[in-house]
Amino acid sequence: MNFPKELQYAKSHEWVKEADGVAEIGISEFAQDQLGDVVFVNLPQEGDEVVAGEAFGDVESVKAVSDLQSPVSGIVCEVNEALLDAPETLNSDPYGAWIIRVKDVTDREELMDAEAYEAFCAEEG
Amino acid sequence: MKLIFEKSVHGRKSDLLPACDVPEVEIDAKFARQEPLPLPELCETDISRHYTQLCQRVHGVNCGFYPLGSCTMKYNPRINEEMAALPGFTSIHPLAPAASVKGCREVLDTAKQYLCEIAGMDDMTFQPAAGAHGEFTGVMLIKQYHRARGDLARTKIIVPDSAHGTNPATAAMCGFEVVNIDSAPDGCVDLEALKAVLGPDVAGLMLTNPNTVGIFDENILEITRLVHEAGGLCYYDGANLNAVMGIVRPGDMGFDCIHMNLHKTFSTPHGGGGPGAGAVGCKDFLKEFLPRSVMMEGEGRIQVRMFEGNFLVVVRALAYLKTLGKEGVPEAATNAVLNANYLMRKIQGTFEPAFDRTCMHEFVLDLSEFKKETGVSALDVAKSLIDRGMHPPTMYFPLIVHEALMLEPTETESKETLDEAAQIFRDLFELAHKDPAYMQAAPHHAQIGRPDEVKAARSPILRWEQA
Repeated sequence: MNFPKELQYAKSHEWVKEADGVAEIGISEFAQDQLGDVVFVNLPQEGDEVVAGEAFGDVESVKAVSDLQSPVSGIVCEVNEALLDAPETLNSDPYGAWIIRVKDVTDREELMDAEAYEAFCAEEG
Repeated sequence: MKLIFEKSVHGRKSDLLPACDVPEVEIDAKFARQEPLPLPELCETDISRHYTQLCQRVHGVNCGFYPLGSCTMKYNPRINEEMAALPGFTSIHPLAPAASVKGCREVLDTAKQYLCEIAGMDDMTFQPAAGAHGEFTGVMLIKQYHRARGDLARTKIIVPDSAHGTNPATAAMCGFEVVNIDSAPDGCVDLEALKAVLGPDVAGLMLTNPNTVGIFDENILEITRLVHEAGGLCYYDGANLNAVMGIVRPGDMGFDCIHMNLHKTFSTPHGGGGPGAGAVGCKDFLKEFLPRSVMMEGEGRIQVRMFEGNFLVVVRALAYLKTLGKEGVPEAATNAVLNANYLMRKIQGTFEPAFDRTCMHEFVLDLSEFKKETGVSALDVAKSLIDRGMHPPTMYFPLIVHEALMLEPTETESKETLDEAAQIFRDLFELAHKDPAYMQAAPHHAQIGRPDEVKAARSPILRWEQA
């Protein structure tokens, strides 16, 4: 399983890539594997406020509906609306299929680096 | 297999209607249908075969063991059907004069009296057609209660994360904000987590007890006390009532309103989309908000369904209660709990229970270690059970257990059936270690293998159209 080094990870299995004041958020390969085939995704709107540790949307797989938790607090500045038509890209390319981009980041959850997250998943899995 | 519409041949008939003995009436053209209804046309032989074939392609509780957790697939006694088929119940009209349907009224009143006694409630409506519909009605009672008192600040409903998905959905549909609280590891309510969210903005709590992992929440009196102290009301989801009916009453646990699934707990057929009955009971102080049917005396009020809901389901439930009697009801609950514990312990040693303690009417197996060892998932085991003539248990629920299989054998299964089921589980456990690939490709002998659930969810075809 792939755990890209340049990303940071939340306990709720979202990844974050921060650059130039913008945090890009997606779900990890481990998360998509646990979920199974994703069939729907509910996304926030541009301009919505997200709060670290709180849900900003949800993903529905054949198994269950799961909340997407934001690892950071801030304002949604971009939404990957392509996922609405092709939610399966969350399965096929979890690290390419970012879900939202957040600006004005004020707060973060405690995040893990790739190594710590890999160990965390090994324990959970 | 072809649909009945595809088997239709124009002009073929099977109607054996008697000659018309009333004068024919010309219908006003504006009400008359312009085109004939597209109904299938078949002879009786083909209709009979069609439904028999459908019947052969499914697994019902009359075909074999059906331990579908949280669904209470108990056997439905034939006497219920006989009672529901009595012409005094079937040849009536809901708008018939009250004097001509006194027997039906008596059925409703008697069923209400018995069910209120079992629930520990004071009044009841039979309008809701199913469990979720009952939840909706019950939570609307809570909403109306606060509104009538002018307490408009109560905008939240608390739902534990182990709840059935219909609970948060109900609260949201009723216009409440859903507050999820984490359960303790055993699926019970975490008192500290509950205290942390209680306040003047909480309208109520929705709970099922025993909970979704089959454990009776021993803190229930404290839970309902805390909610009441904060000004909220307590809603009892009757999904798991089969474990405790006649033994402990939700009303005595501190609940203010409840729905009971007559189609589960009180042995009326279900599983095919209805008809069901989600009777809603409440304490005295809520009864002024209950929906009323036009058959009842007094002011007309809001209805959640026409008349008295699915009346014949109530007839069946009453037949069941009359058959069991006061002693039989708690005995059924006791045997449901005994059967679940017996089966759990018989399977243990292969598939392990998620909670190694005495369960109520159902239990959850945790297959996560098993999956790591063999690569065979809970889904694969469920599919393999189909090959062995058993309906699979509930899968991947509750969400707080990974690789969950949830079994509810019910009280209507014999020791022999449970022994056989346990042996099947033990055999599959062994098979998974020897030939995991075979199980991963199961079922091998079913009418339908593995339907493409993903495609069904992503691009569903919901309506058949004439080619």
